Amino acid sequence: MSGAAPARSALPIFPLVAKRVGSALITLLLVSAVIFTISGLLPGDAAQETLGQSATPEQITALRHEMGLDRPALTRYAEWLAAIARGDPGQSMVANMPVRDIIAQRLPNSLMLAGFTALVSVPLALLIGIASAINRGGKLDRALNIATLSMVAVPEFLVATLGVLIFSVKMLWLPSIALVSQEATWSETLRSCALPILTLTVVVVAQMARMTRAAVADQLDRPYVEMARLKGVPFRRIVLVHTMPNAIGPIVNAMALSLSYLLGGAVIVETIFNFPGLASLMVNAVTSRDMPLLQACAMIFCAAYLSLMLLADVVAILANPRLRER
Amino acid sequence: MSRVNAFLRALPPSGRIGLALVAFWLLVALAGPLLAPHSVGAFVDQEVFSNFSGRFPLGSDYLGRDVLSRLLWGARFTVFLALGAAVLASLAGTSLALFAAIHGGWVDELVSRAMDTLNSIPSKIFALVLVAAFGSSLTLLLVIPAITYVPGNFRIARALAINLVTLDFVQVARARGERALHIALREVLPNMIHPLLADLGLRFVFIVLLLSGLSFLGLGVQPPYADLGSLVRENVSGLTEGAPAIIMPALAIATLTVGANLFIDALKPVEDKP
Repeated sequence: MSGAAPARSALPIFPLVAKRVGSALITLLLVSAVIFTISGLLPGDAAQETLGQSATPEQITALRHEMGLDRPALTRYAEWLAAIARGDPGQSMVANMPVRDIIAQRLPNSLMLAGFTALVSVPLALLIGIASAINRGGKLDRALNIATLSMVAVPEFLVATLGVLIFSVKMLWLPSIALVSQEATWSETLRSCALPILTLTVVVVAQMARMTRAAVADQLDRPYVEMARLKGVPFRRIVLVHTMPNAIGPIVNAMALSLSYLLGGAVIVETIFNFPGLASLMVNAVTSRDMPLLQACAMIFCAAYLSLMLLADVVAILANPRLRER
Repeated sequence: MSRVNAFLRALPPSGRIGLALVAFWLLVALAGPLLAPHSVGAFVDQEVFSNFSGRFPLGSDYLGRDVLSRLLWGARFTVFLALGAAVLASLAGTSLALFAAIHGGWVDELVSRAMDTLNSIPSKIFALVLVAAFGSSLTLLLVIPAITYVPGNFRIARALAINLVTLDFVQVARARGERALHIALREVLPNMIHPLLADLGLRFVFIVLLLSGLSFLGLGVQPPYADLGSLVRENVSGLTEGAPAIIMPALAIATLTVGANLFIDALKPVEDKP
């Protein structure tokens, strides 16, 4: 499709993409203000948390002054924003080490978990979606429809607990706690992360599969598909070569939406399996009132969401030249 | 009555099952406490995590309380909190969408941008921070999911409304000099009510899942009250024995949400049905 587009439409892509990037950056700026405001609502602060119950008000005031917590909110917001932009979200107030170092320990784990889950769930979703689209109304389609509908509606802690019950307690195949260490080999890591990956796959695959089905089924109704069938193109080729490039926009959009869930939405899975990821780090930051850490985690989640959405937008523009002319 | 019959006959089997499950849970939520054989907090069994029996149809929990009674009470919190939050989210989202679509221009741009911002904060993270800020209370558990799902409803309602406001009958109403409120409620809203009701059902499912997740993390409904998610959480140590005390509430959540989902799916217009 895009290869056949005339050369003149290749040029306006860049301003269009630049516009999307700009709009994503503005949204990120708004998000940062929301995060800063909400985290300011938390009762108590790090000064109180560090000194404990027995501290006198004078001590707390002194430490607050030392930490710079007594300056106006707008000043703190501006400084914080500038620091984040430089890539240095400051010092963790509770652990007393740079937030960057704490996040550097956890982020690779989260990315690994999300990466493996994406690796399993995306092909699976495409397979389920395309299989039910080409069998529309058939037994397979109806069975897959009910299966994915149910998967969307099942709480993730149920999937996780059932997984533990079956694979760790009854069959003793897989560990119920996901340990991640530097020394472990890849196969050990994979084995210990198998249940979290399985759970997250069940959570995200159904929505992606349903959107894939809808997008492909929509294309199969078009006249050009009928034309291709009449001239004798094999059905497999029609689906993969003729309809897929047209269906890719909505599919990538749905996938970006589902995959964005894997970083921030993994809280429950990380908690159940004791997985040292970014989401559980953020839960800890909430309970210990560690603002710099909390804000940095929240910014990472929102930035990840926005970049996935941006990526989906750009793919849709590349796949459909008509979107470039707006 | 014949209209109800015709409606039921038109539903596919999966839709009828879904409707039956939803109706069952609504009844349980309404009448459950009247049917409960024991009071919610009563310790009635010497054993903990006992199995199905005549005296305790669904066994006993980790403190020897009757699981059936706790389930009948817990369903009430889950169903009504989620229903209330879903209605609030839909009302707010649809009102904003109508406002944005009818005014258009920079108003539309501003509201849409604000909704995008809210939408890019992961819902569980948002809920966690708010619960940490204000402490968990029933009011908050109604408001948090409502705020969380406003952007989702807004997006769908705006997409529907923006197509409707370009149609002739809305243009005619504008030319007649009708006020924006009249156009929103009399001209646009009646034409988008069906997809919005389906969306309300979907939000209900998502909110049940979010609330159960929060309760499972210990941040949802607080003791002495318990919703279905807290029942799963408090009995999680019975998992290794496969106790009914943990399986039953988990099953209750799943049948409620799967049922709602099957029913909504069956209501879709024929052309986009599988």
